[in-house]
Amino acid sequence: MNDMSIAGRGKLPSAEEAALVRKFLNDTTLFLGPDPEIMQNHDLMPRTADEEEAITKVADSHIIAKIRDRIQAGCDEGYEMVEQMGAAPGAKWGDVITGVYSASGDLAIASAGGVLIFSALVHHPIKFIIKNWMNDPTVGVREGDGFIHNDSRYGNVHNTDQSMIVPIFHNGKLVCWVASTVHEGENGAIEPGGMPSMAESPSDEGLKMSPFRVVENYQIKRDILTFLQNSVREPKLQYEDMKVKLFACLRIKQRIEETLNTDGPEALISTLRLTMENVRAEVKRRISEWPDMTVRTYIIQDSTLRENCVVKINCKLTKTGDRLIFDFRGSAPEFTNRATNTIVAGLKGMLAQVFLCYVWPDLPRGQAAFAPIEVITDPHSIVNCSYDAPNSQSLMSIFTGFTAGQHAVAKFLYSCPEKFTKVHAPTFNMINTFIWGGVSQHGETLGNLCADLNGMGAGATVDRDGEHALAPIFATMADIGEQELNEEEVPFLQLVSKKMTRDAIAPGKYRGGQGYTMMVATKDSEQWGFMTTCQGAKIPPLQGLFGGYACGCYPLSKVKGVDVYDVLQNTPEKFKHSIEEIMNEQPFEGASYTTHHMGMGFEISKRGELFMISQGAGAGYGDLLERDPRGVIKDIEEGLISPEVAARLYKVAFDPETLAIDEVATEVARAAERKARIARSRPYSDFVKDWSKPTPPTHLQYFGAWGDDVQTLYMGSPHKTRDADTPRPNYMPHPKDVRIAELEARLAAVGAMGGEKQ
Amino acid sequence: MKVAMTEYLRINLTSERWECRVCDHEIAPARGNYKEGLLVHDRDPREIHPPILDPDKYRFTFSPDPEWVRILEYCCPSCGTQVETEYAVPGHPPLHDMEVDLDALKAQWAARGEAAAPYAGPAVVRDDGHGH
Repeated sequence: MNDMSIAGRGKLPSAEEAALVRKFLNDTTLFLGPDPEIMQNHDLMPRTADEEEAITKVADSHIIAKIRDRIQAGCDEGYEMVEQMGAAPGAKWGDVITGVYSASGDLAIASAGGVLIFSALVHHPIKFIIKNWMNDPTVGVREGDGFIHNDSRYGNVHNTDQSMIVPIFHNGKLVCWVASTVHEGENGAIEPGGMPSMAESPSDEGLKMSPFRVVENYQIKRDILTFLQNSVREPKLQYEDMKVKLFACLRIKQRIEETLNTDGPEALISTLRLTMENVRAEVKRRISEWPDMTVRTYIIQDSTLRENCVVKINCKLTKTGDRLIFDFRGSAPEFTNRATNTIVAGLKGMLAQVFLCYVWPDLPRGQAAFAPIEVITDPHSIVNCSYDAPNSQSLMSIFTGFTAGQHAVAKFLYSCPEKFTKVHAPTFNMINTFIWGGVSQHGETLGNLCADLNGMGAGATVDRDGEHALAPIFATMADIGEQELNEEEVPFLQLVSKKMTRDAIAPGKYRGGQGYTMMVATKDSEQWGFMTTCQGAKIPPLQGLFGGYACGCYPLSKVKGVDVYDVLQNTPEKFKHSIEEIMNEQPFEGASYTTHHMGMGFEISKRGELFMISQGAGAGYGDLLERDPRGVIKDIEEGLISPEVAARLYKVAFDPETLAIDEVATEVARAAERKARIARSRPYSDFVKDWSKPTPPTHLQYFGAWGDDVQTLYMGSPHKTRDADTPRPNYMPHPKDVRIAELEARLAAVGAMGGEKQ
Repeated sequence: MKVAMTEYLRINLTSERWECRVCDHEIAPARGNYKEGLLVHDRDPREIHPPILDPDKYRFTFSPDPEWVRILEYCCPSCGTQVETEYAVPGHPPLHDMEVDLDALKAQWAARGEAAAPYAGPAVVRDDGHGH
């Protein structure tokens, strides 16, 4: 700072002047955008005077427990209504939350099933309503109102999720809120299904509903409904699910009113507040039982869904006393024109999921379980993106952030005598499924996804293998649904499904649960297509635990120039039931066989063309040489691993015909392998001298911090960086432009540009 | 007192050393990085995650790309047990993954008393429901 910089500074405003300036700015706000004060905070609101008074009147733990159970049952009832009546595939398999919120907007009690990521981030839009609409004479909040919301910059995970929010009054006074949130899918974005990976700005992401009133006197306003229907590809779904969410809210309202009538408003208010405060206190107590330690890990995203590159999710988890701090600084900078960024609330929601599903599943569901845990990020980073960055594929960053958290937490839990679950290697974290859209065989315009994303393989635990194709990390109690029923509504078949993909393994003393193959082909529509939105075709998106390995990689395979329905009718023997056989044997003459990363933008498909992917495996646990040989043979018998791979990796000796284990030869082979390990490995200090480099490799587009220096973020090249605290634009070129430039360079090199003027 | 910190590592609070739980080998000072006392191997990931699709025909094969990621395998120099793996971008400095506050650990376990065998966690048991 030099003298010039302070020479012209006037006196500071007085308190009165400052208040006047604040009032002026508040009165003349031109746009009520997402409020950082709301969006960056996941902790509970302070106790209000009403809550204080209610607690002084009703604090008996038996009464609190009784009312909590009653409200919980009401939330679960609302959840069941949405799941049973909702039209969205997401509703059918439980991508839903229903809950009761305090008058200040904190989610106090939530439905027990469904998607618990919502627990930590559906409260923001209610706080926006309280802050901005409650006292605004042009809006207000009245009995009979219902507010709708979907823009993730104001709360929730991504713009596919729509909430219906209803204030609950008692004798004219607001006592709490109820809300129902569903992954609706379609939202009018540039690709069908609501999660466009082609989005290059928020303007490509479809409906952007900041919280606004859409219900008056418990009736949906038809003019606004029509506008919303007119903005999406599935107008019937939009209407049906708005009604479903509203009626679920009204059922929960009915249960609350029953409680108000029997126990009075103080008992309800006290129950909501004490439930949250007690959970928060219990979380602090549980954390204090962990060892004081810092754990470091990182997970790599190997694509933006548009191109392959290396995108770091950096995680340092520190526990001191009863504080637990997730530090994601050093993660990649936000992409200005790619959709894989997330708002920080999404990351926090998935970290809450680590605890509510995998660490402390006994805790009541709600906002309080994650409230005392701290999260640090760089501004304008891929895990805390700005208002101007697209985030429709935020799942890529919140799922890899989840895995970083799950991997780090396991290292704290092992030594802790108090456990509520078993120590767990990372579960597979990508939504390996097909998003689809177009015109159905019934002439309806549709856009949504296969619920098979629920088939993520589980990580191994301290004493058992991971379960196969178990559940998604964000909804451990979700249902897969009946594919055959779906096929009555959509013009494609899953020709192969629920068949494990052999050798797509995560080895260990306990191996990860594996995933299954999915092959789809369009039928009965000339206007139908697919997209896939996953990372991990070049770098596994997991880490193994305690010497176990992560999963491998998962590409997309396509077979074009064939109609497999004709093949199945005329020469069915040519059809094979594994990706391995179809791609390696190429049984259909004249067809083209290609592989791709898993970020396929929406692509129209022709009848009978094959699109093939596999669900992924959860990570392995422990040294694979300690695996029980009987477990290895069982995996061979079940088609999970080929005999050659099993023998080579696990060093198990067995008869190739009978699979009988030779115990002695196995022990000899394993002892020899341990010696071979020692012989081929190098002391750490020698190794790092050669291995560690000061900057990222030049052959990779690398994004994020390198090594311990988290202040410098690389932006695709060792020569392009930004300071972690100083945002810079981070544009990616169009992949087709990159490819054209490559091909033109080749043409120019051989003098084949034909004298084209530039 | 000895505290089991991972499947294969423990900390001897008296000697302040990381130790191998399989062979009792003393690995490294507990106030530092246990990896410094281990051996490391730079593994081609295709050896662990074999190609399912023919690598001569296809760009993507189900195997990780060895130019994009390597597996650092850490083993005990005495018994050869694989203690840890680290999927690493080529050249990325290995992580100091468990940095323990040893004094706090000592105080915590002094309050708990003798360390028992590590607890695996609660088993999920079948609930047969209500019956008479």
